[in-house]
Amino acid sequence: MNLQAIKAIYVHEMVRFFRTLMQSFLSPVLSTSLYFVVFGAAIGSRIDQIEGVSYGAFIVPGLIMLSVMTQSVSNASFGIYFPKFIGTVYELLSAPVSFLEIVIGYVGAAATKSFFIGVIILVTAHFFVDLDIQHPGAMLAFLVLTCLSFSLFGFIIGIWAGNFEQLQIIPLLIITPLVFLGGSFYSITMLPGIWQTITLFNPVVYLISGFRWSFFGTADVPIFASLLAISAFTAICLAIIWWIFRTGYKIRS
Amino acid sequence: MPAIVQVSDVVKRYESGFEALKGVDLEIEEGEILALLGPNGAGKTTLISTICGISHPTSGTITVSGHDVVKNYRKARALIGLVPQEIALEPFETVWNSVSFTRGLFGKAKDDAYLESILRQLSLWDKKDAQTKELSGGMKRRVLIAKALSHGPRILFLDEPTAGVDVELRKDMWEIVGKLKQDGVTIILTTHYIEEAEAIADRVGVINQGQILLVEDKATLMAQMGRKQLRIALQEPISAVPECLGSYTLEIAPEGDALVYHYDTTNDRTGITTMLNDLQSAGLTMTDLKTQESSLEDIFVDLVKEQS
Repeated sequence: MNLQAIKAIYVHEMVRFFRTLMQSFLSPVLSTSLYFVVFGAAIGSRIDQIEGVSYGAFIVPGLIMLSVMTQSVSNASFGIYFPKFIGTVYELLSAPVSFLEIVIGYVGAAATKSFFIGVIILVTAHFFVDLDIQHPGAMLAFLVLTCLSFSLFGFIIGIWAGNFEQLQIIPLLIITPLVFLGGSFYSITMLPGIWQTITLFNPVVYLISGFRWSFFGTADVPIFASLLAISAFTAICLAIIWWIFRTGYKIRS
Repeated sequence: MPAIVQVSDVVKRYESGFEALKGVDLEIEEGEILALLGPNGAGKTTLISTICGISHPTSGTITVSGHDVVKNYRKARALIGLVPQEIALEPFETVWNSVSFTRGLFGKAKDDAYLESILRQLSLWDKKDAQTKELSGGMKRRVLIAKALSHGPRILFLDEPTAGVDVELRKDMWEIVGKLKQDGVTIILTTHYIEEAEAIADRVGVINQGQILLVEDKATLMAQMGRKQLRIALQEPISAVPECLGSYTLEIAPEGDALVYHYDTTNDRTGITTMLNDLQSAGLTMTDLKTQESSLEDIFVDLVKEQS
């Protein structure tokens, strides 16, 4: 294992994040605050408690998930796409580095960044609502797993993308709708019958539900289903990455 | 000397069916400077990319210091530094971070003193905190060289290092190459400039259409190049060399209107003066004189033309 190389990639990526500190960390804080003002204060005051939790608090896990998922995908995809775009990828290919080490470096850095964003949003939320996290251990585990699996997913998109449009299209057309429709801002029990069933095909529902359970002890779907969903998603991403590694897809001619 | 890089029957075929390398054999000796000459699209960059691991050969084997570049890529690549043809740098990264990054990728622990010595040698030390986008084209190329040297490679590949580079940087670059050679580093460079190959290479290889046409010691090539010819245009065409000129190596040009005299500039006497005197006494009238030197360029052009 070339640990120095993993460290070099990780540090290189983290330096890039800190170079764009405002964009990286300030924008999630700002958008979260806006969500709280609009949903929590303006609309939330007219909504009753959901499953015994005030609406302002209820949306916190969904908001964190929304940012963590989109940020993981965009950071990890950009991280590996940019060297391909500007040509510096030659360095990765000609260095004594395995594909696994490249993945650990890039995905590790992207996941670290989105983990911090998740924590920052959680802290910001504390200024707006009272939060009493019932299962802190499970909360951390869900957060870390989501950061990792969506960063893996982003890495795959970054390898696949041939231009900037393709890089944006998956987060825009798939991740954002799935998260919005996955119960970030409502409980799926609030939906009419048929839509409850359809919603269960949205994998993000399981992730948000599990994450919310760790906060409030209530969930839309059983907790083991949530665990299964996040494990399955991680496993699929790892399998695709293993396939990319075997075939050299879009990396090495 | 033992071969440090051994390329055996390497074929590189792209998905489109295009064969960029058609069975290349090449031995690069430890400590030498090898210049690879070839027109655009000859396969120079493909050959280097295949040795360095950027692409894998379709068939054939490459070993670096005995390590197969595909099966034992870690050991093989650790020995190699690559300066690519295109300038590729992260625009917002500082010179120092960029060079440190490459060193890390090659598995080497931080060594600030070593990196400082490289940056100083390349006159980059005062630019170490500059973002690479602020640098001029020549400076960017120096950064690429610094990156390639950051892990102390035993073999350095320079892909067209002097394309679009000013005279001063070119001079500096050859000075650095000379120093590296003294340290025992093997250097392989591709170039369009034949004078450059003449000036610094130990051996010269010519590649065209994915095939190596020739690899020769520069000294051997120079010996061939030492020959000159004098072309004497005549007023009246002749059909045979006059008998009194029989002792000279004279040929009649195909049209019969000129004589061609071959001589060696490395000899003490070229025999030109006496030959010309004898020519005059033979009653031939000269209208023009032209000397020609066979250069590396001629050999190169002939080889490439012959093939196509």
